[in-house]
Amino acid sequence: MENSIRLSEEQITQDLLPQKFGKLGMIWVSILITICLVGVYAYYRQIRYGLGVTAMRDYVSWGIYISNFVFFVAISLVGSLITAIFRLSNVKWSTPLTRIAEIIAVSAIVFASIIIIVDMGRPERFTNLFLYGRLQSPIMWDVIVIGTYFFISILLLYFPLLPDLQILIKNKDKSGPKLNWLYRFQGSFWKGTPEQLKICNKAINTLSILIIPVAFTIHTVTSWLFATTYRPGWDSTNFGAYFISGAFLVGSGGVVVAMYVFHKFYHLEKYITDLHFDRMGRIVVLLSFLYLYFNVNEYLVPAFKMKKSEEDHLAELFSGDFSHMFWFAIFVGMIIPIIILLFKKGRKPLPMFIVGCMIVVGAWFKRYLIVTPTLLHPFLPMQDIPANFRHYFPSWEEWAITSGSLAGALLVITFFVRIYPIVPIYETITEQLESESHEN
Amino acid sequence: MKENNKTSRRDFLVSGLLAGAAITGCSKPNDFVQNQEVALTGEKVKLLSVEGEVIEIDKAYLKPVPNLPTITNEDERRGIPGKKFVMVIDLSRCKNLKKCQIACDKAHLINPGQNWLKIYPMQDSEHTAPYWQPTNCMHCDEPPCVKVCPVDATFKRQDGIVLIDNERCIGCRFCMAACPYSSRIFNWSGQDVPADIAALPYSCETSLPPKMGTVSKCDFCPDMNRKGELPHCVQACPNGVFIYGDMNTDIVSNGSETFRFSELIKEKAGYRLMEDLGTKPSVYYLPPVNRNFPFENGLENQSADDKLNTHKL
Repeated sequence: MENSIRLSEEQITQDLLPQKFGKLGMIWVSILITICLVGVYAYYRQIRYGLGVTAMRDYVSWGIYISNFVFFVAISLVGSLITAIFRLSNVKWSTPLTRIAEIIAVSAIVFASIIIIVDMGRPERFTNLFLYGRLQSPIMWDVIVIGTYFFISILLLYFPLLPDLQILIKNKDKSGPKLNWLYRFQGSFWKGTPEQLKICNKAINTLSILIIPVAFTIHTVTSWLFATTYRPGWDSTNFGAYFISGAFLVGSGGVVVAMYVFHKFYHLEKYITDLHFDRMGRIVVLLSFLYLYFNVNEYLVPAFKMKKSEEDHLAELFSGDFSHMFWFAIFVGMIIPIIILLFKKGRKPLPMFIVGCMIVVGAWFKRYLIVTPTLLHPFLPMQDIPANFRHYFPSWEEWAITSGSLAGALLVITFFVRIYPIVPIYETITEQLESESHEN
Repeated sequence: MKENNKTSRRDFLVSGLLAGAAITGCSKPNDFVQNQEVALTGEKVKLLSVEGEVIEIDKAYLKPVPNLPTITNEDERRGIPGKKFVMVIDLSRCKNLKKCQIACDKAHLINPGQNWLKIYPMQDSEHTAPYWQPTNCMHCDEPPCVKVCPVDATFKRQDGIVLIDNERCIGCRFCMAACPYSSRIFNWSGQDVPADIAALPYSCETSLPPKMGTVSKCDFCPDMNRKGELPHCVQACPNGVFIYGDMNTDIVSNGSETFRFSELIKEKAGYRLMEDLGTKPSVYYLPPVNRNFPFENGLENQSADDKLNTHKL
């Protein structure tokens, strides 16, 4: 009996230690780096020639940078769902997914901060936020809560990593001297004593409780950047809950996609099993229904009244210029995933992966629809402006910077997986031991 | 200094130059002569010293004082004490001449295609009469733009004016999203600024020189106010559409006529735009009744891009 446990413990460690990039990995990384570099070049042009290189103008004064920012903040919320909410409600099966969710959260929140600086006309005056900050502005609330969320997320990534760092240091022949230095730097103080484990567990529990209100706040405040204005389509008391439900949905979609990729390309089939996909599938259905419910509230209630200011905006979404994108986001981002995932066969890994991609892509366009069409319908008609002020289609610089930020977020996740075990080794081992002793 | 500044900026600089030379000359008369080797012209200028004596110096000693600051940023943020600026726009007099817009664009070096002041063709519903509605910043008493600014770059002054400090603005454009009157514009790519204006120290009151990557809007011309003049749009309108003044003294004027603000609003049933939003504008409108011109007269001035657009208030 003891033998079999030891064997599986070694095997778990072997299976889960970070793997070097294969040929496919190298290609993936070089594509991402190329996209990032193009984005950096586009940003250099934007710094040099001003925001005039974008397609934004006086009416559409926020474009895909802001919708991309909302997307990043949204997807980062999943860290709190899977790590904190599941942990506090004693959901055991989510253990192999916690680190995936947490690294998605950290990299997304980092790039949310970067993209919001990219959107600024005067990025070099960023420090004015601290020198002259005024608490009454929702932007200041966002700065405060995003900063807090970032630090809690980093700690929630780091603390559960400590026992794994010890394992990594033990297996130093598997990694080069540089990585070993990093592991030792980050975790050599960790001896795994009962005392340390107790403190660590306590800290994780405290952070898990803390992160839930902070997570709700970051996305609520982000929704208030819109809802605190008078504009049709934004002037809604529904916005906070609407944004949070959408955020949990896109985040879960992102986790499903990442699960499939690791399951497939890192051969973690034994750890991320069909059971995990099935359970996540059920959660995604629930979240899709929830988001759909808020969408009904958000669009159909104003559509019932058809106030003059809302009418142009809604007509453009339902049957006008944005109708293709609108119905794409509703169907591909919510309704079709619900239909697929209601069937047991739909919750197998491959269909789940496809549904995950649909949700993430649909969610990105949904954020675009929240930002842009509203700005094209001001209270007073558009007047005394050149023709190109009346429309908005992002310039190549905007696409390049936006793609660069998305590639950058994926790059952070990719490098993280190269350096650290994406499925927690220590927790997998202890949980296996626990379940075995349970059986005995 | 402020009293000297009555006519134009150039005159102001000259007077500043004279005063500056006078101060230097009086406080340290010996240094003044000893340290400067200049060819005397023989032409003498009379100046008033700080002590109030009239002194005479050679013209060669006069040196320009570059970039003499007018008033401090603190004063600009505080506003002109005792004033509450208001504007009344008489819709019965407007025929979309756009003279106001041209004067405003020129005075504030606004990029082509952008305007602080726009003239909307409005029609409230199918069977109501169309009219021309000039719209600038409403200088709201509950300004939504000021509420959302994270760095106090846009602020409300004691005299009711909402201004922007382009040297503090971070360019987040939240104020543009917040303003229901679409009165704010953004400096997307900068512009060519004449050398003399580019050399001026930045002032929130003139909004010059313009700064790339920041927001701007109608500033109610506080610089003109300090000089005792009416804003550019008021002066440029030949039909007296814009009537500007101070609510505390209850006097408003379009240059040729002067009214009691309270009586004008009472007699002509003045109103404000989007009262339901609670923004409390400082700009009042007089309804387009007993008009001086038919609506159609203004159509010829509509640009090709702005074909007749009607919209509900």
